[in-house]
This record gives sequence, C-alpha cells and structure tokens, in this order.
Amino acid sequence: MSAHSGSGSGSRWGLRFLGLGYVFALLLLPLGLIFYKTFEHGLAPPIDAITSPDGLHALKLTLIMVAIAVPLNTIFGIGCALLLVRHRVRGSGVIDAIINLPFAISPIVIGLSLFLLYGTKGWFEPALAEAGIKILFSVPGMVLASIFVSLPFVVRETVPVLQEIGTEQEQAASTLGANAWQTFWRVTLPAIRWGVAYGVVLTTARVLGEFGAVSVVSGSISGQTQTLPLFVEKQYENFNLPGAFGASVLLALLALSTLLAMNVLKRKEDA
Amino acid sequence: MGITVEGASKSFGDFQALNDVSIEVPNGSLTALLGPSGSGKSTLLRAIAGLETLDAGRVMIDDEDVSKKPTQKREVGFVFQHYAAFKHMTVFENVGFGLKIRKWDKAKISARVHELLQLVQLDGLADRYPSQLSGGQRQRMALARALAVEPQVLLLDEPFGALDAKVRKDLRTWLRNLHEEMHVTTIFVTHDQEEAMDVAGQLVVMNEGRVEQSGSADDLYDHPANEFVMSFVGEVNRLGDGFVRPHDMDVVLDPDERTEEAMVQRIVALGFEIRVEFVLADGTEVWAQLTRAELQKLELRQGQIVYLRPGKTKSFSGDSPPDGGGASTPRDSRGGDDAEVSAAA
Repeated sequence: MSAHSGSGSGSRWGLRFLGLGYVFALLLLPLGLIFYKTFEHGLAPPIDAITSPDGLHALKLTLIMVAIAVPLNTIFGIGCALLLVRHRVRGSGVIDAIINLPFAISPIVIGLSLFLLYGTKGWFEPALAEAGIKILFSVPGMVLASIFVSLPFVVRETVPVLQEIGTEQEQAASTLGANAWQTFWRVTLPAIRWGVAYGVVLTTARVLGEFGAVSVVSGSISGQTQTLPLFVEKQYENFNLPGAFGASVLLALLALSTLLAMNVLKRKEDA
Repeated sequence: MGITVEGASKSFGDFQALNDVSIEVPNGSLTALLGPSGSGKSTLLRAIAGLETLDAGRVMIDDEDVSKKPTQKREVGFVFQHYAAFKHMTVFENVGFGLKIRKWDKAKISARVHELLQLVQLDGLADRYPSQLSGGQRQRMALARALAVEPQVLLLDEPFGALDAKVRKDLRTWLRNLHEEMHVTTIFVTHDQEEAMDVAGQLVVMNEGRVEQSGSADDLYDHPANEFVMSFVGEVNRLGDGFVRPHDMDVVLDPDERTEEAMVQRIVALGFEIRVEFVLADGTEVWAQLTRAELQKLELRQGQIVYLRPGKTKSFSGDSPPDGGGASTPRDSRGGDDAEVSAAA
C-alpha cells in the first residue's frame, strides 16, 4: 500500500509538473508578458490608445457584434438542439454534421465564401445593390461573419444536457396540464440553463476575438469597420505597441468577465 | 370516471408492444396491470395518459373518447417510476406546478399544496429540493403533485420499482389507504405479483402485448386461465401435463395409488416457511412449501425417499392463451377434485 502510494505520488508530481509547465510556457507566459508590456510605461499609454476615437469606435463595434450575434445564435442554438435531440427528424444526422462546419473550416475561408455571395459579381449582389443595401465592407457583413463562426457553440453545449435530462420531466409537465410552450419555459429551459450559459460564454468569447473572417469582409477601415482585434493588428503594424497591447488586454478582460459573470451567477444559485 | 380501452395496438419498429388490447376499469377502482417486462403494461398505461399514440384502437375516460386529446387536456395524474421530479423547483413548487399552470391565485395554491403535503406526510419539507429527499419521499411528492390538480384518473407506472423493499411495503399500504380515502380511479403498473395482489382490487395480467386474464386476486390464483397466468401469479410445479402449487403438495411417508416417489434434495428454511426440493424418478425437479411443524413431524432429511401427493392439479388444454376475457375456465384433472385441500399434517 505504502510502496504503491510512494511510486504513485512520484509519478503524480511528475505529471503535475509537466501539466503546469505546459500551461505556463504556452499560455500564462505569453499572456503575462502582454500585461507586463502594456503597463510597462504606466497606465497612460494604453488608456490613451483605447480612448482615441478609433479605439472607442472599435470597442463599440465589437460590442455591437456581440449584441447581435450572441442572442441570435443562442435562440438558434437552443432550437436546433431541441430539434436534434427531441424530434429525431429525417436528416438530423446531416444537420448535426453541418453545424460543426464552422469549427472545421478556417475563418478565412468563411470570409471568402461571404465574398462569393455578397461581393461584386456575387449571387446576391445585384438584388442587394438595387435595394441599396451594402453587406461587404460594412457592419452587416461583419455581423454575418461573426454569426457564422460562432454558430456551433450553443448547440454543442446544449445537446448533451438535453440528452441527459431525458423526457420524463417534460412528460410530467404535460400530464399536469402544461402546453409545449409552458413546458419549455418552466421545465426544459431551467433544466438546461447551465449548458446554454456555457455555450453563450463560448459564443461571446469567439465573437469578441474573431479576426480572420471579419478581417476579410470588413476591409478593416479605421473608425468605420474596425473591431477590437482588427484595431490591435493595425496598431501593431503602425508600431504603436502600447495601443496594440492595451486593446489586447481590454479584449482579454471582456472575455474573462463573461466567464466570471457565469461563475458568479452559478455559485450564487448553488449556495 | 371509468376507463375503457378498446382494441389498442402499438408497435415500436418491429416490436409489437400492444396487440389488440381491451380492458375495462370500473369507476373508483384500484386496478393493477401486471406482467413481465416487455409485456406492454407500461405502454398501455402511457397510451391512456396520451404519452404514447396508439396505432389502432381507442381510449375512453368516463365514456368520452380521448384518443385524439393531447396529454395536457386529459386530466390524468401520472406518477413515473423514477419520480420525474422538477429538479430546479422546491417540493412546494413541484406540487403547486399544475395549479400554477391553471392560474390559481397564490393563497389558494399555498393552501392546496400544504393540504396535499400533509396528506403525503411531507409537510415540513416544503422548501427542500428533490435532491435533498429520499427515494420514498420523492415518490410521495410526485404523488402529491399528480393529485394536486384533482385528476379524473390516477396512473402509476411502477411507482415503487426504484425503492428498497421496506419502503416499498410501507408505500403499498399507504397507497391502498389513500385510495380508500380518495376513491379516484387508479391504475398502477407492476411486475411484482405480490405487490399487485396486496394493493389492487382488480388485476389485469399481460404478456407479450396481450391481456391474458383479468379478475380479482382470488380469481386469478384459484382459476388461472392458462399456464402463463398460473405461473405468473404464484409459484408452480410442473408434473407431466399438470401444474400444482407448492403448498398443494402433500408429503407422505407411505405410498398409495395417487403418490409419486421422490427424493429429498435440499431443505431451505425461510423463517416460518420451509422450502423442500425434490427430484422425481424421471428427473423432474419439484418443490413443496411446508410449515415448520409439518417438517418436524415428517423428520425429513436430505437423500430420503418420500412420496408426494399433489392436490389441486390443473392442466390447460392448449398453449394458446384465451382472448383477453378471462372467462374461460381451466380443466381440472385428476378427478377434477378442485375442492381438495392439502391436509394439514
């Protein structure tokens, strides 16, 4: 027993060291350096960069992306998960596979595909031009790209939770007189809420940080079609390192705060 | 509110769960659907609730055809084997769920919920969550939740199946008493014949998607319609073409024209009841149920040669079960001496 635990603790320490070392070298060290570099010369340079008109505009645009893409993908995600799990319709296997496409395809390719649809000589271009709607190099295209890349998260997080809770609670609700809508709001949604919440956090993080697809369709025009990640790139190219690092830290803090908000809510409820 | 099911059939893929089933449940009765797993009893219960749609046949509650009605309009109380508690709601909210759906006002809900919690003896636990309750408490909560909306009928799907033996027995008695107080037409599904006989006034025995026989516990035990019912509602030995209950096996030490030679193989004491296993000359294994006093009088020991005199042997003409009714009377063999009772030693 003691011999076993002795050798076990030795390999356990080895594993722990390896794991922590990996996380430190690949994640914490680079991220820490960014924080260090950002505040190397005090608080003023990064704050100045972010509060510049272009910086503020980039922040606002990023938040608009989140405000549109996250609710839409949440509603779609829950509906799609319900369809896949509760109504095993013909072709649900195909739908299931298609939903994973944004994970499998490079964001650049997603951006280019939007070009093919909405760009000059694109399929929808003549009709849209006639109606005076501009998709590419403007906010609608960027929203489309953001929705596309962040589409699978809520579905993927909700499907296993729906499978786990089973159908008995929903059936019990129906025997008690609840219609489908009441059953969804009062029984199903509360039961899957943490799966959905986790999906929302992941979706938000992805929309906040999306670079590739948005970069292709936006044209990255300062003060017009520049989100925070695009702003970071521009500042970096222009050798404005405090600006680049400041915006990076802001992005990281935004993503972390959504995760933190979910954990605080969850802890509050568990208590 | 009587329940009538006529010609119900239901298949799941290749598996036929119900095959032209008809049952009649009188108003105010407590009826058990009894059968092995896969016999279709749960499917039948769920079809009455509208949780399954029938391929053919119809369901009538109180002479109204409800086959096309969705579950939420059928006004049935349903209790699931695994409770189906709303995990994110307290006991109070669980029990009050149906009333809230019916838009009762808060004071009325509160009064009704507390009345029901008192009935199921959970009054002090209103603010607990289901995860903080024992299995028996969860099932009583589920029952209170089903009863809160004053259903026309109460349907219980293996309600005690997930509970341990002691709690199961308590809840059985408790359900019987509750039914005597409330008189709501109740159907409950079980695979345990003892449970069915203990609780229900009427039993419906099902097998392979069909009704084998229905009637009172005594009817089924004393006049089983076929081999399946006989072996399902009690223990049984097979002797040639006939079947005999272990407590109808007389063990004697001297042979006569009606006895068969047997060797004692094993003696198992199960408290008051003694189970003695024999092997016959042709290799058939049978057993007899004796009392402690009978055993002591006979002084049986392992390997001893004794003689068995089977009383009340039944044989059934064919293997095909009668069609649902239970009206057919089994043919009694060995002189048809149905009234013969195994003499107490």
